[in-house]
Formats: sequence, C-alpha cells, structure tokens
Amino acid sequence: MNDPRTLALIVGVLALLAIVTAVGQFLRRHPDRGLDPAAIRSFNSRIRGWWIMCTVLAAAFWLGTTATLVLFGLVSFWALREFITLTPTRLGDHRALFWVFFAFTPAHYILVGYDRYDIFSIFLPLYGTLFVLARVAIAGDSKRFLERTAKIQAGLMVCVYCLSFAPALLQLPVATPANAEPPLAATANFRLLFFLILLVQFADCMQYVWSRMIGRRLVAASVSSNRTWEGLLGSAVSTSLLASVLWWAAPPYQPWQAALAGFVVSLMGFAGGMTMSAIKRDRGVTDYGTLVTGHGGVLDRIDSTCFAAPVFYHITLLVADVAVR
Amino acid sequence: MLSPADPHLTTPPPAAANVVGRSPVCHAAGLTLAAIARVLSGASVRWIASQPDTCQRVYFSNHTSHLDALLIWSSLPRAVRELARPVAAKDYWSRGAVRRWLAEKVFNALLIDRTDIKVHQSPVDLMLREIGDTKSLIVFPEGSRSVNGEIGDFKSGLYYLAKKRPELELVPVHVDNLNRVLPRGEFLPVPMLSCITFGPPLWLEQQEAKLDFLARARRAVMALKES
Repeated sequence: MNDPRTLALIVGVLALLAIVTAVGQFLRRHPDRGLDPAAIRSFNSRIRGWWIMCTVLAAAFWLGTTATLVLFGLVSFWALREFITLTPTRLGDHRALFWVFFAFTPAHYILVGYDRYDIFSIFLPLYGTLFVLARVAIAGDSKRFLERTAKIQAGLMVCVYCLSFAPALLQLPVATPANAEPPLAATANFRLLFFLILLVQFADCMQYVWSRMIGRRLVAASVSSNRTWEGLLGSAVSTSLLASVLWWAAPPYQPWQAALAGFVVSLMGFAGGMTMSAIKRDRGVTDYGTLVTGHGGVLDRIDSTCFAAPVFYHITLLVADVAVR
Repeated sequence: MLSPADPHLTTPPPAAANVVGRSPVCHAAGLTLAAIARVLSGASVRWIASQPDTCQRVYFSNHTSHLDALLIWSSLPRAVRELARPVAAKDYWSRGAVRRWLAEKVFNALLIDRTDIKVHQSPVDLMLREIGDTKSLIVFPEGSRSVNGEIGDFKSGLYYLAKKRPELELVPVHVDNLNRVLPRGEFLPVPMLSCITFGPPLWLEQQEAKLDFLARARRAVMALKES
C-alpha cells in the first residue's frame, strides 16, 4: 500500500468509477435528453458490475495470492457450469463431466498455484482431452461422439484453462531491482493482473462507444448485431493509448510495449466476445444470464478476459525476458 | 363439496400428535443437505402468478431425479417448508438404514407402498390421514422418475386427493434440468444450473372427469417449462 504506483492506480480507478457513476446517475434522473433509456439502463448495470468486480478483486488482492487463485477458480467453475448447462449433453457424458468439474478444474488451479507452468500449460489441453475422449467412449454412447467431446473440451479450454492465465500473472517473476523487496514485488504482480482486467474492460467499453458513434460495417451480422469494424479498430487504438499512458503500472513494460499489449488485448477481447456470441446465437439465447432465470451470467462478464488472459500472459513473459537481457 | 359427515371435519385435527418435533441433529442434517443440494444444482426459484403460503397445499411436480423432492422442499420458505411432507416410494426409501433415516427423520417423508396396495389402506387415504388439517404434500404424479426428461402421464392419485379434499390448493411445480444434475441410475452429481418454477394453484372443477383433470394438471406443469 505504501507503494506510490499502486496508490496512484487505485486512486485513478476509483476516481474514474466515481465519475462514470455520477454520469450514469445523472442520465438516469434526466431521461429527457433524447438518449435511449435501455442504453442508459445497460450502462448503469455495467457500472454496477464494475463496482462489484473492483470490490471483489480488492478483497482478493488484500487477502493474497491464494485467495485470488481460489476466487478465479470459483469463477471458472461457475462459468463452466453455465457453459455446460447451455450445451446439450447426453447421459453418456455424465461421469466425464463429474470428473471435469470436481477433479480436472481444481487440479489445474492447484498446479497454477504451485507455479508449475511446465505442467499446467499442458495439463488440460493434453490430459484433459485424452480423459474426456476416453471416458465418454467407455460410457458406451457413440451418438455424436466428436461433437459431444468437443463441447466439453471447448468449455474446459475457455472457462478454466484460458481464464487461469489471469491469476497465473501473480506468479510471473517480473520484479525489477527497484521493487525486488517482497511486499513491493507482490504488489507489482497484482498491478499486472489489474492492468489486464482494466484494459479488457476498457476495450469492451470502447468497442461499444465507437460502434455507437461511427459504426457502419458489421463484422458478422448473423453472430452479433452490434460489433462493427469501426468499433474494433477504434477500441484497439484507444486501448493501446490507455495502456501506453499507464505503462508505469505494469512492471516490466515500456510505453511502446504496453501500447502493443493494449492493442492485442483489445483484439483478443473482441475475439472472445464474438466467440461467445456465436455459441449463444446457436443455442438461441441472448445472454448466459437468461439461460436460467435469476442467475447473472458470469460467462457474459468474463468472455473477453478469457481470450485476452493467455495472450497477455505470454506477451508479459516475452517483455520480462527482454527486460532482463 | 364438503359434507358435515366428512371425517376431516368431525375428527379433531391430528396435527399436534403428528408434529413430533425432529431432533436437532435431524433438523441440522436437513438444512445442511438442502443447502448442499441448492449449491450443487444452482437452483433458482420462481413463483409465477403464485405466492408461497402456509395454507394446506399439494405441490405436484414432474419427476426426473432423486434430488427433486429435496430441491422443492428446500426451495420453499422456512415456515412453509416445515409443513411440507414429500411423498416417496417405500420400496426405495426404506432400503438401508441411511435412506430410511433420511426419509423418515430428516425430510419427514411419507412413504407409500407401491408394490402392495390394499383396498382398505389406499395411499390417498393414508396421505390425507397423515397431513390432517395443517400439513402439505409434495407429490410426483408420474409415479416414477422419467427416463428421457419427458413428462409422462399422471397417475390418478392426484385426482382422488382433489376429490376427497376439494379445498386443497393444488400447486403445479416444474423442475428443470435436474435430470442432468443427477440422472436416473447415477450417484455422482454434475453441478449444472437448474430451475424450479411454482405455478398458480388449481382445483378440481365440478363434474370434471378424471382423465380431463389429470391432463389439465399435466399441462399446467408443462406450461411452467415455457414460461
């Protein structure tokens, strides 16, 4: 906490949140501005989501690395159950799914917790895949075999494997000589994780704003009716700008490297949103939250983060590598 | 219509004798199991054109999983839950000490003999005697768990319940997705999200034929799936 960079980041984010909250409340109280009330409502609910996200993240950060890992593990678990609930499964998948939920998901997060990159980077793609294929085959139902196993694997990949790269950032050796002392080194990693989440949320938001302002050409009308090329490009540029301004918050990054990371994070977030839209369109629902009434769709909130996390992780690895040399 | 000769009006309410007061251990076990089941099945509860109430009711639901009764029971508000007794099959739930303890002591279930139905001791009479003037029932009119998730034809018990006690509120309940959480023949649950929907109560109409009533009740449950 006594680290000026962390303090600056916290104060900056809180100030930003306070401003957008004030704007949202102002728009809600003055509905006569010719703005779409539905858009204002969704804007305000998004802000509420950010407050919740910030509070939960702050609590996890304060409690430490293990708490953060557990938090992300639970988010993965919940997202995976939304994913699997949405995709039709057959009785023959039941046992495989049980182990996927209660053995593979926790085991993967434990490996991440022990910082075994050599194993956790291959555990689900290789052993998870082999297990799911074999277990479904042994269950003796061959109908649509490849389709069913592919669904379970896709769920594991997106909801568990990809997302786990976000808390894995906490294990990266990014401490520079200036902050090599234990408490500062740890906050440096937390800043890195926070940097990623901030960029992803900002990119999401900018895509919406740019699409609204100048969006004309839809990327794929049959998948998403509000994602445009202009939104994608505008968001990529704005996000790389924000990242280059905030480069000091993310330890090994230089401004130009941060700009590049922001650009890629924005593109990956877009890819994640499109992918989830395609799945939802195929299943005929608008968001994972309406799938079962009363549940806020976790998967709707984290789809961009899932896709951006592994790429950001590897870019950070490269950048840290360059910084050491 | 109730006639003055109706035994339920003339006999004193047997409720006081019936509420034996479960031991604290059984009570805690019930709450714990209900909580675990709620978390595992991610159950969301909806009341459509209907409200929880402590009046005497018969909750009738589609049957897809062993968790059905537990989930419906646990999704009722506490005051209502204390009054609700699930009706379960004796041949299954009295096998083994654990099952019997769960059924009789924890969930206060009413065990019905499916294999040996006597004329003088019909299940409907037994149910009516057990609930007295205060308790409610949770019943599964299909008789057994559905294999493919489709709702089967209702057995006639619900009709006779309604005929003998026409003032009971019959509340349709739809349980969605629980057959994927714990399908027939499996003992390990997969934590998928499920949904329990309570609908508006219905009653037996005057002169309504048995099959018409049962079909109407079945449609009421199916309608909740879409809503």
